[in-house]
Amino acid sequence: MNYLVGAFKPPCNIFISFADGRSRKQVPLKKENGKTVMVALFQSQESIVGEVVIEPVHRKKVEHNGVKIELLGQIELYFDRGNFYDFTSLVRELDIPGELYERKTYPFEFSTVEMPYESYNGVNVRLRYILKVTISRNYVGNIVEYQEFVVRNYTPPPSINNIIKMEVGIEDCLHIEFEYSKSKYHLKDVIIGKIYFLLVRIKLKNMDLEIRCRESTGSGPNTYVETETLAKFELMDGAPVRGWFKDSCNPGPAHGDSGESIPIRLFLSPYELTPTYQNINNKFSVKYYLNLVLVDEEDRRYFKQQEITMYRLLETS
Amino acid sequence: MLNGTEDEEKWLAEGIAGIQHNAFYMHRALDSNNLREALKYSAQMLSELRTSKLSPHKYYELYMRAFDELKRLELFFKDDSKHGVSVVDLYELVQHAGNILPRLYLLCTVGSIYIKSKEAPAKEVLKDLVEMCRGVQHPIRGLFLRSYLAQISRDKLPDIGSEYEGDADTVMDAVDFVLQNFTEMNKLWVRMQHQGPGGVREKREKERSELQDLVGKNLHVLSQIEGVDLEMYKETVLPRVLEQVVNCKDDLAQYYLMDCIIQVFPDEYHLQTLETLLGACPQLQPTVDVKTVLSRLMDRLSNYAASSADVLPEFLQVEAFSKLSNAIGKVIEAQLDMPAVGAITLYVSLLTFTLRVHPDRLDHVDQVLGACVKKLSNIPKLEDSRAMKQVVALLSAPLEKYNDIVTALTLSNYPRVMDHLDIGTNKLMAMVIIQSIMKNNSCISTADKVEVLFELIKGLIKDIDGADVDELDEEDFKEEQNSVARLIHMLYNDEPEEMLKIICIVRKHTMVGGPKRLPFTVSSLVFSALRAANGCDIEHVAYEFFTQAFLLYEEEIADSKAQVTAIHLIIGTLQRMNVFGVENRDTLTHKATGYSARLLKKADQCRAVYACSHLFWVDDQDGIKDGERVLLCLKRALRIANAAQQMANVARGSGGPVSLFVEILNKYIYFFEKGNKQITSSAIQGLIELINTEMQSDSTNPDSVADAFLASTLRYIQFQKQKGGVMGEKFESIKL
Repeated sequence: MNYLVGAFKPPCNIFISFADGRSRKQVPLKKENGKTVMVALFQSQESIVGEVVIEPVHRKKVEHNGVKIELLGQIELYFDRGNFYDFTSLVRELDIPGELYERKTYPFEFSTVEMPYESYNGVNVRLRYILKVTISRNYVGNIVEYQEFVVRNYTPPPSINNIIKMEVGIEDCLHIEFEYSKSKYHLKDVIIGKIYFLLVRIKLKNMDLEIRCRESTGSGPNTYVETETLAKFELMDGAPVRGWFKDSCNPGPAHGDSGESIPIRLFLSPYELTPTYQNINNKFSVKYYLNLVLVDEEDRRYFKQQEITMYRLLETS
Repeated sequence: MLNGTEDEEKWLAEGIAGIQHNAFYMHRALDSNNLREALKYSAQMLSELRTSKLSPHKYYELYMRAFDELKRLELFFKDDSKHGVSVVDLYELVQHAGNILPRLYLLCTVGSIYIKSKEAPAKEVLKDLVEMCRGVQHPIRGLFLRSYLAQISRDKLPDIGSEYEGDADTVMDAVDFVLQNFTEMNKLWVRMQHQGPGGVREKREKERSELQDLVGKNLHVLSQIEGVDLEMYKETVLPRVLEQVVNCKDDLAQYYLMDCIIQVFPDEYHLQTLETLLGACPQLQPTVDVKTVLSRLMDRLSNYAASSADVLPEFLQVEAFSKLSNAIGKVIEAQLDMPAVGAITLYVSLLTFTLRVHPDRLDHVDQVLGACVKKLSNIPKLEDSRAMKQVVALLSAPLEKYNDIVTALTLSNYPRVMDHLDIGTNKLMAMVIIQSIMKNNSCISTADKVEVLFELIKGLIKDIDGADVDELDEEDFKEEQNSVARLIHMLYNDEPEEMLKIICIVRKHTMVGGPKRLPFTVSSLVFSALRAANGCDIEHVAYEFFTQAFLLYEEEIADSKAQVTAIHLIIGTLQRMNVFGVENRDTLTHKATGYSARLLKKADQCRAVYACSHLFWVDDQDGIKDGERVLLCLKRALRIANAAQQMANVARGSGGPVSLFVEILNKYIYFFEKGNKQITSSAIQGLIELINTEMQSDSTNPDSVADAFLASTLRYIQFQKQKGGVMGEKFESIKL
């Protein structure tokens, strides 16, 4: 009977904990089953220190060929689900082959670990970091336990951050000029900008600013691109009439008036954004765009998309 | 199918329901201090204001519902113990809303608390709000949003003496804020004309005028800012408001805003900035009713001038008159197609202005009239009746002000303006002039002025070319001519020489009047001449006048009715003359009696003849009292009355007018009372019996008027009898 139990249930429990687990920041992480759990947050170059506790069930002897702990950085592409690509793999032997009779604690340390990529849960791809403890055994399967953690890397404010300024239009119908104060934004940033209407002969209904996220995975013929609109923010209700009078009664532009300008102020904090990921390990990219959309009274859409770079600024609070 | 209005009602009802629904959940969230939910439902509630289906009027109703709810929300926001979020964070939080209109309403609401909290300088918040509101460019929604902004910020402007004034916040910031909001609102308002549902022009303009006060409110707020002193008004406020007014190039807006400026800011400011304000007028659209704008300005300034004598020096100092006069000239010059009535209205206002402000400056008055003449001379023929009315107003104003035609007579342009009136109006104006003279009892005492005066009223004096004689109203004509006759009496000078000149001028003018006017005017002239002659004791001159009058009577007056009138006047005049010697008098009275007896109708003859009896009995101390000849006249009148009676019998088989006899009876009684010995009680007695017989004769038609006349005459005799005394005794012998 005991044997049978042992076949389905691991003969021992494994607990993985971090040395600074109580003080370390925890962030929510969405699991595959849809549940959100809180996990420890790390960044690159941090030392990951902790201990593993193995506790045989019912004080039953566990024979093993050695105990090890691995730190893995993995990318999983969903078209190739279950197949993990490890871009980082570190191992620490915790115990030589032998037998376990009672609860045993193994401290471990990975010092100054290089974790260049951030944890990411996308539409078609996932990047994750795990600690994996393996108790190797002959004949019967190995006993394995995972502890996931999250990595976020902070970037200092960019030294060069140009404004984005563009003139777009349709000849003789619409002529606008827009500017965003920066091309690079941190995740809690505010997009400030202005749109100048130089010529409007289309009956515009409204204007929105969208934040679009473009995730591309794979390469070559197996490239998958997924675009998501994360924010739809109305900038303008109605539209200024500009150049409307030109043909009818009112020659020339009004004096001292350089065109109607509409302000942009979009707070990014309410949206779930990540930094821009550029070709992560040749597996995937995540890019962000600002899409300026003008809608006319017949619901035709006129838009102009601009890429912006997102980065993660170390939160001081 | 529903029609437009029903549809609108339906949409409004839906909107209100939407607001109520979301407000209910918002209240619940407020009661449970749930900020997140409160924000969510308030944003949803405000989304109802995103509708495009309502007219401004209905939209206002919806807006007011939301407005009331926002007041509750504001109270909640204000109390951070309820939601635990600092106002700075709250200011950001409300900006997360995806839809712009709810977002901005919430932002304004929090912004007002933000200013109150003084955690940021008021000007920063105000500037941010007014700037962010640019996002709503839909005219109606934008106007209401900005009007909400104006409403919540009114008591939070960094005005002088306000708690929001500080080192960083000055009244200049307050002014900048209001001006910017005003500018944006005006743009939205003007845009309605070119945008939105392509309805008919009238409908759009109606809708726009429903919204005008939202725009004008800003100017009102500006005028209420303590710190806007004359200096700031002059340097900043007015130029910037005017810039917007001129540049918007929209006639509706320009007219309304100009008027608004004039109405909301103090008179004193207008006076000190006249040049700037007036300078904008020629730059307005040609369709703008500038004349009304200017008229109102001048009216206001006139009232201001009238309010206190202390302010008059200010008017002089800024040369208000010449500035206004110039401006009007420019406007009239610039607006070629302005109807005459517009231009003249302007001149009327200017005249009113100068009469109030500079009553002593007749040259100004003349200058205005001159400008008007210039304008009128460019118009071939003034046919607009409203314009005509304005010209009359223009001409009447100096008369009313000075209450003295003499003053008006010194205005060289006055007659030149009158020349431009049509005949009817010219007459009307002439009547106004005469009435003014009569009312004020002004005496015109020099020949020059009389000359000018007759030039003014020439419309009444003679036929003017092109006048449609057929259209003359008999009664009006009589009244006019009677007025002229009365006027002649007002021309008087004690100096015989000057008086003679006056008379000559009057004669020169009246003699061209033609047969219809002469009967009215000549008599007055004669009177006037006789008065002069009488007064001067120049018998031969007086005699000459009478001779002329008789000649005129013979040669010019052919109409029998006119003859009757004239002869009575002659008799009346002659009776009062005391300058003549016996011989001349006899000649004249004889002539007059002769004319009387030769009138066409018997009745007229009779009446003229008995009137002649007075020529021999002047009831003065040393007047002539020739009782015999009085009796002769009366007897002659009786004979004529008798003849008339018989003629009537022959002609119609009925009795003639008994009233003639009664009239003669009255004359008898008069002279009897006056002590004419030739008139005896028995003669009266006999006459009464004669009348009674006539009355009772079968052939006589019952004549109620004559009956009444006789009855009252008899009552009079009865009364005299009972009175006793000398008169009683005298009448005693008459038996009734």
